[in-house]
Amino acid sequence: MKMRIVFAAVALAFGTVSANAAEVVVDQSAKKFDKKKVSIKVGDSIKFTNSDSITHNVYSRKGMKFDLGAQKPGASASQVFDKAGKFKVRCAIHPRMKLDVEVN
Amino acid sequence: MVPLKRIFGFSLSMVMATAVLGQATAGPVTGKSRAEWKKEYVRPAETPFPEDNPYSKPKAELGHKLFFDPRLSGNNYISCGTCHNPSFAWGDGLPKGIGNAMTVLGRRTPTILNLAWADSLMWDGRFDTLEEQALGPMAAAVEMNQQMDQVVGELQEVPEYRALFNISFPGSGITIENIAKAIATYERTVVSGVAPFDRWIAGDEDAISVSAKRGFDLFNGKANCVACHSGWNFTDGSFHDIGLGDKDIGRGKELPGVKMMQHAFKTPTLRNVVERAPYMHDGTLKNLYSVVRHYNDAGVSRPSRSQKIFPLKLTDAEMDDLVSFMKTLSSDDTHVVLPRLPAVDQSLAGSIKGVAPAAGGGQAVPSKSAKTCGGGFMHWVSCNQ
Repeated sequence: MKMRIVFAAVALAFGTVSANAAEVVVDQSAKKFDKKKVSIKVGDSIKFTNSDSITHNVYSRKGMKFDLGAQKPGASASQVFDKAGKFKVRCAIHPRMKLDVEVN
Repeated sequence: MVPLKRIFGFSLSMVMATAVLGQATAGPVTGKSRAEWKKEYVRPAETPFPEDNPYSKPKAELGHKLFFDPRLSGNNYISCGTCHNPSFAWGDGLPKGIGNAMTVLGRRTPTILNLAWADSLMWDGRFDTLEEQALGPMAAAVEMNQQMDQVVGELQEVPEYRALFNISFPGSGITIENIAKAIATYERTVVSGVAPFDRWIAGDEDAISVSAKRGFDLFNGKANCVACHSGWNFTDGSFHDIGLGDKDIGRGKELPGVKMMQHAFKTPTLRNVVERAPYMHDGTLKNLYSVVRHYNDAGVSRPSRSQKIFPLKLTDAEMDDLVSFMKTLSSDDTHVVLPRLPAVDQSLAGSIKGVAPAAGGGQAVPSKSAKTCGGGFMHWVSCNQ
């Protein structure tokens, strides 16, 4: 019974990510993303972590529309990229923080 | 095994020490010499143009005509240049802009100087590119009040515009997108020239006065201006609440969930600032002394106010030095030549066809075609993004 519960919990944890999808981590610090460009496949996700001492707000407006909301220092949030294309991801508070995401 | 209480007590005191130190370092950035600060202000050698809208001379010249052509407005009497007037360093000298039917707008007209380097456009940063921004005021009912589904037809009636668009945009000709691209290309060429300050940065010690040099030190030190007005273009491209008293929440409308964005507005450039009074998004500060006094007093205290804003305790002499410094940022730019605008179709066929100007007629008629997607100031934001 215990094994079944453990197995169910593990399956649930991984259930939101499809079988072969990868997750790339992009960190924010010193008012910068730690990468300028990320190339991923459709269905992959990017996890945005905030190691900075200030709040950031990751969003994208054209093509892929999402807004991860205010991220205080230490927070993290993931975004799945479910369509192909080239997208510009930015911080809404610090517009000089830019990340190009290419999804194939 | 250290008791949990002791670990907690130690951690708490460390947190408090950090908080105290944090407060201490919230003050002006110190530690850099004047020579080190000067290195932060070197002008770029080239103007950047985006890959999807590269520079070409014909495109910039077409943009120059469009920028000053009032036929882009509904009533055919307001052009981009009406408010972004080169004679006022590309502003209009008013506390708030005035648009269609003499409607007083919500915010002061910003300058278009050095926008090739801008990371976002508008006081609240709602547009990411110049191409997007160019169409906003054109379609807004209270500004140029143009019917966007008719402007292409209007320009197509003008033979020279047909030719100019075919040269700059072979294959696509006159389209809304190409109108925006041409205007944006012209705007990117609007760059503030070499000012006395730049000559000083480049090594000419006689370029600016001793008072202005002291002002530079204060700018980067006690007055803490550099916290936001950084770099050769004197802007960090970001948004800050500087404690002004009006009700406009600026970027807070775009980001309602972010406390620090309430009452926050984009840091403008200080290039040619002497010619761009009055100041602030609401035009309430009359001249540069008014501005320095505002920062000295730190304005309204509220949770969203930037931590970089605090009472400065400047002396009168220090305020003089700061204003002297800001005066050195003005460049003696080449006078902008107004374009000869393409003439109407003077052929016999042209007399018969005749297209009526896009509706406007003095009333602020809401543009039927532009799908507005928000914006209390009725700026056009595409719903399709």
